[in-house]
Amino acid sequence: MRQKISVNVNGVPRENEVEPRLLLVQYLRESLNLTGTHIGCDTGQCGACTVLLDGQAVKSCMVLAVQANGAQVRTVESLASGDAYHPVQQAFWDLHGLQCGFCTPGFLMATVSLLQRNPNPTDAEIREQLEGNLCRCTGYQNIVAAVRSAAEKMRAAPAASPTPMPAGAGGE
Amino acid sequence: MFAKDFSYAAPASLAEALALLQSQPEGEVKLVAGGQSLIPLLKLRMTEIGALVDVSKIPELHGITDDGDGVVIGAATTYFQAVNSPLVQKRCPLVIQAVSQVGDPQVRARGTIGGSLAHADPAGDLPAVALAVDAELRATGPSGSRSIPATAFFVDLMTTALQPAEVLTAVRFHATDAPHAGTAYVKHRHPASGYAIVGVAAAVWLNDDGTCRAAHVGITGAGTHATRAAGVEQALTGKRLDDATLTAACANAADGLDLMSDPYASGEYRAHLTRVLAKRALAQAAATAAQR
Amino acid sequence: MSVTRLFGASVKRREDPRLITGRGAYTDDIKLPGMLHMAVLRSPYGHARIKAIDTAKAKAHPGVRAVYTGADLLGRMNPIPCAWLIPDSDLKVPAYHALAKDTVRFTGDGVAMVIADDPATARDALDLIDVDYEPLPVVTSQEQAAATGAPQLHDDAPGNLAFHWKFAHGDVDAAFRDAEVVVKHRFVQQRLVPNAMEPRSAVASWNPGAEELLIYNTTQNPHIARFLTAVTTSIPENKIRYIARDVGGGFGSKIPFYPGDALAVFASKDLGLPVKWTEDRRENYVATIHGRDQITEVEMAAKRDGTMTGLRVKALSNMGAYLSTAAPGVPTWLFALIVPGCYTIQNYACDVFGYFTNTTPTDAYRGAGRPEAAFLIERMADLLAAEVKMDPVEIRRKNFIPADAFPYTTAGTLSYDSGNYQAALDKALAMVDYAGLRQKQAELRQQGRYLGIGLSTYVEVCGLAPSAAAGAMGFQGGLWEPATVRVLATGKVVVLTGTNPHGQGEETTFAQMVGDMLGVPVEDVDVVHGDTGAIPMGWGTYGSRTTAVGGTAIYKATVKVIEKAKKLAAHLLEASPDDLEFEQGSFRVKGSPGKAKTIQEIALMANVAWNMPEGMEPGLEESTFHDPTNFTFPFGTHICVVEVDADTGEVKIERYIAVDDVGVVINPMIVDGQVHGGVAQGIGQALYEHAIYDEGGNLITGSMMDYTVPNATQIPTIETARTETPCPHNLTGVKGVGETGTIASTQAVVNAVVDALSPLGISDIEMPLTPERVWRAMRAAQASAAPTGQP
Repeated sequence: MRQKISVNVNGVPRENEVEPRLLLVQYLRESLNLTGTHIGCDTGQCGACTVLLDGQAVKSCMVLAVQANGAQVRTVESLASGDAYHPVQQAFWDLHGLQCGFCTPGFLMATVSLLQRNPNPTDAEIREQLEGNLCRCTGYQNIVAAVRSAAEKMRAAPAASPTPMPAGAGGE
Repeated sequence: MFAKDFSYAAPASLAEALALLQSQPEGEVKLVAGGQSLIPLLKLRMTEIGALVDVSKIPELHGITDDGDGVVIGAATTYFQAVNSPLVQKRCPLVIQAVSQVGDPQVRARGTIGGSLAHADPAGDLPAVALAVDAELRATGPSGSRSIPATAFFVDLMTTALQPAEVLTAVRFHATDAPHAGTAYVKHRHPASGYAIVGVAAAVWLNDDGTCRAAHVGITGAGTHATRAAGVEQALTGKRLDDATLTAACANAADGLDLMSDPYASGEYRAHLTRVLAKRALAQAAATAAQR
Repeated sequence: MSVTRLFGASVKRREDPRLITGRGAYTDDIKLPGMLHMAVLRSPYGHARIKAIDTAKAKAHPGVRAVYTGADLLGRMNPIPCAWLIPDSDLKVPAYHALAKDTVRFTGDGVAMVIADDPATARDALDLIDVDYEPLPVVTSQEQAAATGAPQLHDDAPGNLAFHWKFAHGDVDAAFRDAEVVVKHRFVQQRLVPNAMEPRSAVASWNPGAEELLIYNTTQNPHIARFLTAVTTSIPENKIRYIARDVGGGFGSKIPFYPGDALAVFASKDLGLPVKWTEDRRENYVATIHGRDQITEVEMAAKRDGTMTGLRVKALSNMGAYLSTAAPGVPTWLFALIVPGCYTIQNYACDVFGYFTNTTPTDAYRGAGRPEAAFLIERMADLLAAEVKMDPVEIRRKNFIPADAFPYTTAGTLSYDSGNYQAALDKALAMVDYAGLRQKQAELRQQGRYLGIGLSTYVEVCGLAPSAAAGAMGFQGGLWEPATVRVLATGKVVVLTGTNPHGQGEETTFAQMVGDMLGVPVEDVDVVHGDTGAIPMGWGTYGSRTTAVGGTAIYKATVKVIEKAKKLAAHLLEASPDDLEFEQGSFRVKGSPGKAKTIQEIALMANVAWNMPEGMEPGLEESTFHDPTNFTFPFGTHICVVEVDADTGEVKIERYIAVDDVGVVINPMIVDGQVHGGVAQGIGQALYEHAIYDEGGNLITGSMMDYTVPNATQIPTIETARTETPCPHNLTGVKGVGETGTIASTQAVVNAVVDALSPLGISDIEMPLTPERVWRAMRAAQASAAPTGQP
């Protein structure tokens, strides 16, 4: 039986009727057409579906849409504000932190969350804290470099860190 | 990937949750909090249910409080909340040591202390901790509330002493911040799932002369359910925890385990790891205890 | 923009802005009006006869539009073709039906499909299909399949033998007769699952009016997919358009044409509506190809002084239940020719037997045959070194093809065009401080610690081409590449390539090359790939061929554009073309710096064609069809340093050095990235990855919970460096780098672990080197070394 949910996605209030079994990632991709969040593994290892749920990185294939009722969700589509990329996005671009790009939105969101928890991580901490995200292309080396670089830039210019959540970045 | 459809309710009170549990046929209803174990099972259709009761928003299941010589953690507390609790950090470092090795940050953001214990995955980390620090698991059912000692809680593979109509509400972990007390959690992770192939939680209390007053060893992953290594514990009491003593005692660490086996690690290797990791955990715990 | 600033510069990727903002266009992101969803019911049995299928309940389920079984397809769809028909090998190609006709031969074999209004309904309906199976005996390994009395998969492949392929060069018998030393070993290349992060997906849309098919698909080679779709469905090739713009990794697994693709096309055509199929990861594990799975028995003949003189290889390859698109070529041609590696061995024989088993079909996985070859020869080099008591470095130096011997024809009959193996080895040894490490190793051994140093001095064959070679090898296609370079009236440039990069970054490197040559900003060059409607032809991205073959084609087309532009500029400047020089995007009359026309001005004039020279056609667009004369041969030295935990058997990689020679480098940042990723996959094979079947044919490592795709904590920092020996036979000097890391790395890790444990008398451990396997090897070695009666 479909249930009504209200979710704030990327600053936009949404109301939809969903089946309880619908996953948050399916809600984002199918109901809201926010296809930047990807489905990679279905069993909770790959993290391609990582989004921020009430500010924390979670795997949206391991959360039911009904469980997000009343919550704030942020997806990769909300990271940039206008033409300005989030420092994490910028660092992944600058340092070749992606190849095929499929895992990238999940890594970006996990990194945003990681740098909120720990603004100055060591390389070892970066690797440990990204254990929930798998990449088959990069061997992680440039991802680690990008996270390190983003952390440096965000510490240097903290104003840029908490990205404003632009209204209207919420898909169709 | 799609689960078979089910109904969903997120009650706002424990009473409401209990009523919902009773309104459904047994076996048709499951409780969910973080869902990090259950949701994949539903998606894979390895578990099929009629109704899901989400207890994550029930106020009675939240909160972390000090009750003197222990810390009570609400069952719906996430791993993340537990790890970031100064109270838990100070009084129950073993919980931190284990929980920070559970899954990955995303899983720790959603997964809950109570969910992990109630799910009783044989490779979960927390059961070993609960055993090592004599945790009490508090449950409420139609006929009232009760407290179950950890040693009586883990019955078998994914089976606990909880009754179908009961809700696990809180877990009380014994504090280990007394002088001469130390703890450690040492784990061999499955390289893919992150679950414990073997996890050993050790708590050590030393006498003033440095000999062992008591040692508790909880083992997870190796067998079908978490257990205490009583033989190891007894062999250490009263002794100085030097390398030879630990080696000798831990040679029996896997005794009596109903060993599991999978393509990654055989029962024989699990037994070997149990001995090696028990020694490592005890040595770490003893070193910490000696410094306090 | 000067030539030196773009070509050879770490230009940031032009692909990335859409990918870091969530605006990529992967196939599952595509939604078409009226689109239906497909789900496939897959066999839960490794081998079974289908006695009956009842689809009535599924058909009656609300939201279900159609249910098809194998019987519904008979006569309406051809079997899935195999496109690499290796000659002189008695190759058997049993029919591979997209939905099983009467027998399922692996868990994952398609049995029925449901088309429904939404994917959840399609999934629900699968549970409503009743299939009555009669289980048959199962065989999952090639050695079992080869045994007398083994269960038979196909009536037309007696003894489960798919092929027996042979190769020989020199006088192998004499080499072994005269050998002073013979080293023998059996190696197991375990089965791997490619695990591209994006599962496969297809959105097929049949237009009943125009009788045309549009299909969005996760393919590495859209034109091959178009061709095979035509063969399978009988839709004319010129009525099919494939689009594969963003593909989320392939590693070979998106080369083949799959039943799922064919089924989506069939359903769309039958129902007249778009049909989407996206596999979930569980399906990916069982229904997308696997890689490797080869057992080799190897003998090496040598002299006491360490000179390798002969090599004999018998390989048993597990092909799975059917022959996937390129499968027969992988363990034969792509493996066998490069087995002699960097060494001057001139007597070599190789017999390869391919067997059918009740497992997922195998096919090309990153490196495809060449990782198996490099592993084999580099492990043998170490085993020989141990046998004749030489340092692994010295055994390699002794047998290297000398730098002055190129071009060199090998025992594999390949003509290595260039190389300098000593230089790469020296560089790697210096980076790792080899002498210092050996000293440290000796010290740690005194403390009971196990440090190991592993070498891999590899050469590989890539840049897959030329077409004549493809034909001789039985590949049912060409390996040339077309290119079109089109300069629009505004000076913006469109480049069409038949390759289909999916992470390798050629939207950037090709733009760098063209921008460099034309003297236009890289931002003004748009590389179009992955659309058969826009690109005339192409053979795709695999075999590290995109830049060497596709890039050279673009280079040639750009040269032609410049030639034409120069003639037009001369006409407009009223000068002789011979008096013009072209630099930084401007044609200048030599000696008259004021008289000049930019490429943009010429482009405008060419496109409006107001004033063309006599006989010159309008427009500024040139095309080429480039077919190289040879393969390319990247090489290098990788060194891995490990420490083994004496108690648990865990392997920790302390350092990883990769010195690669991939020829001329267009974008160093991208090249390094390819090496990192390739090495990670090679390490994955060495330490972590293993597709394991149980006796019933169930894949028990069938998810990312059970099968280890390495995470960030499991891959070390990779220290990269290069030597640069340009490829002499193409205009760009590039060789290719997509697969080098994978080809080079696995044996470096294994050699390191074996080196670490050599004091225990350990000479090999089967991959993956899991802690338990290492622990067991150590325990067995210690037990056999201990005096009787000791534990």
